[in-house]
Amino acid sequence: MKQQRLKWITLIFALGAVMMLGACKKKVAPPPPPPPPPPAAPTASLSAYPDAIQKGQSTTLTWQTSNATDVSIDGIGAVQANGSQQVTPADSTTYHLTAKGPGGTQDATARVTVTAPPPPPPPAPSPTEEELFARNVHDIYFDYDKYDVRADQQSTLQGDIDFLRQHPNVQFTIEGHCDERGSTEYNLALGDNRANSVKSALVQGGVSAGNIKTISYGKEKPVCTESNEQCWQQNRRGHFVYGK
Amino acid sequence: MMKWLSALFLLLLTPVFAQQDWIRTGTGLGVEKVRLAVPDFKPSNQDPRNADLLKVFNDTLWNDLDNAGIFDMVSKSFMPTDTPANPTDVRFDAWNTPPPNASMLAFGNLGVLGNTLTVQGWLYDVKNVTSPQVLGKQYQDAPTSDAARITAHKFADEIIFRLGGGIPGVAESSIYFVSSRSGHKEIWAMDYDGVNQHQLTHLDSISLSPRISPDGARLAFSSMTKNGWDILMYSLDLNRLVTFPRFGGTNLSPAWSPDGTKLAFSSSRSGDSEIYLSDSSGANLKRLTAFKGPDVSPVWNRKTGSQISWVSGRTGLPQIYTMEADGTNDQRLTDEGYAVSPAWSPNGQFLVFSWIRHYGPGAPGAQDIYIMDIASRQWVQLTHDGGRNDFPCWSPDGRHIIFQSSRSGGEQIWTMLADGSNQKQLTFVGSNTQPNWSWK
Repeated sequence: MKQQRLKWITLIFALGAVMMLGACKKKVAPPPPPPPPPPAAPTASLSAYPDAIQKGQSTTLTWQTSNATDVSIDGIGAVQANGSQQVTPADSTTYHLTAKGPGGTQDATARVTVTAPPPPPPPAPSPTEEELFARNVHDIYFDYDKYDVRADQQSTLQGDIDFLRQHPNVQFTIEGHCDERGSTEYNLALGDNRANSVKSALVQGGVSAGNIKTISYGKEKPVCTESNEQCWQQNRRGHFVYGK
Repeated sequence: MMKWLSALFLLLLTPVFAQQDWIRTGTGLGVEKVRLAVPDFKPSNQDPRNADLLKVFNDTLWNDLDNAGIFDMVSKSFMPTDTPANPTDVRFDAWNTPPPNASMLAFGNLGVLGNTLTVQGWLYDVKNVTSPQVLGKQYQDAPTSDAARITAHKFADEIIFRLGGGIPGVAESSIYFVSSRSGHKEIWAMDYDGVNQHQLTHLDSISLSPRISPDGARLAFSSMTKNGWDILMYSLDLNRLVTFPRFGGTNLSPAWSPDGTKLAFSSSRSGDSEIYLSDSSGANLKRLTAFKGPDVSPVWNRKTGSQISWVSGRTGLPQIYTMEADGTNDQRLTDEGYAVSPAWSPNGQFLVFSWIRHYGPGAPGAQDIYIMDIASRQWVQLTHDGGRNDFPCWSPDGRHIIFQSSRSGGEQIWTMLADGSNQKQLTFVGSNTQPNWSWK
């Protein structure tokens, strides 16, 4: 507290002394005209967006300069005074811009960090026989209370035959299914006829009978449980299952 | 043309004749019913256990006699207040005149002494005052609710046998059926009145079509095993599966010959489903049918054992056929619609079956139970209450038909008299299907 007051007193005293000294100074001659102003120094900025990328990705460098006659970026070369450019650095890089002008040289830098990409997913395994079976062997659909393969199912059937002949070691099951209508026991017999009907069509097409198991589910295992024709049609089918 | 006319004639007359048992089942249904009074049995001593057992006994006895279909039961509100517990209590004029106006009076008493339940029951012809006793019985058993129930069934069956033309009652019979209430379709059993429902198989697969042997010792059914659909054999004496051969293919719907020595069933072992015959051991397999298309659900003529009825899809939609048990002389019985699940009456005269008579787009498509006189091929519709009605099966006395119906929502088991009256739901939990009545 005491010290601070002392400081103030000293300051006031000093100011008073300066004012008195100034008032007493003699007048001097006006200065000579100033020399022409020196050329303005160049300015430069450089940025990268994004400034962090994964290896293989690109980023955009953007720069602005002024008062520069010669602008260049290391690794890219001479560039316009203002501009942007995509770059794809392989490693982390500090881009260095040099702007030269009559007023001097200005540098700007921008750092791009390149990270290694995540390890690539292991190469997709070639599909298993079971996957190929599921992709290529399609169910055969039936009319109500019928077990003969109808005309619009022949191309599906042929596709199934083609695949199964190309894969002669595939063992599989044909499940015969029915819609919810009708009686339990009759539907089991009908489903059996459907499964056997698909089987004999495959065998006629050259598929080995020894690879095929048939089973009827009747109406015991519907794939669709609504009571309408669309759903019933989905259930009236010879369904292929890999393995037997 | 004649056939159509007679069918039409029959249809027109059905509502009138339904009350009159136009089909003479020969079982006393439709004839004048005996007016029977059954006052509650009374306690014979002061044991505190009597009250609960009396309730079970009285409810069961009333229900059995009411179900029998041959009695006109005297309403309890018409009965005199002083009901008899012993023969000396009977005041004939209080019973044989209006309002009860009974012809017959069943009465008695029940009491527990120590570890013994004793029931005394009488049946009196109250119009015959000088020599009234038709029946007097005494039963002793353990003092349990089950024993009281079984005793009531036994006494009811005695009364039904005496008053129903010598045909044994069904109060002690059993029903085998499929229930999904465990999460899988398994074979279950219950008493004829829906009481005592219990699970028999625990196969965790799909088990269907239970058929009890005539002697009640074995149950044949079809089940999905790892090989496919096989006929399995369950021993009710051993409470486990016993061996039965695997035939290959899809094997369904076994049926016992009435002498219990043979089984008929559907098998696709040849690649197409056909009706086969084997010994009850599964030996001596023989094929009976040879038509392309589904052949399933055989059932024997229960009286003669010389014919088989079954369902064939050889002409398209399934129809009911009959043939001799050696496979000859096949005859088609139904001529339209979707006809399945035949069951032969104990007297050999009738088939009941499930029929969607008018089938196809725009048709109402109701699935109902029908009864057909095989000789004349006349038929009458027994169910009219909506839903899908399927798998009818006769009671051993020929007076009742049990079946499955979806009319109350899910599939449940129902019972009715063979003329279609007195329809009652027996199961309420889970989905319950394919009832099969024991042979006695």
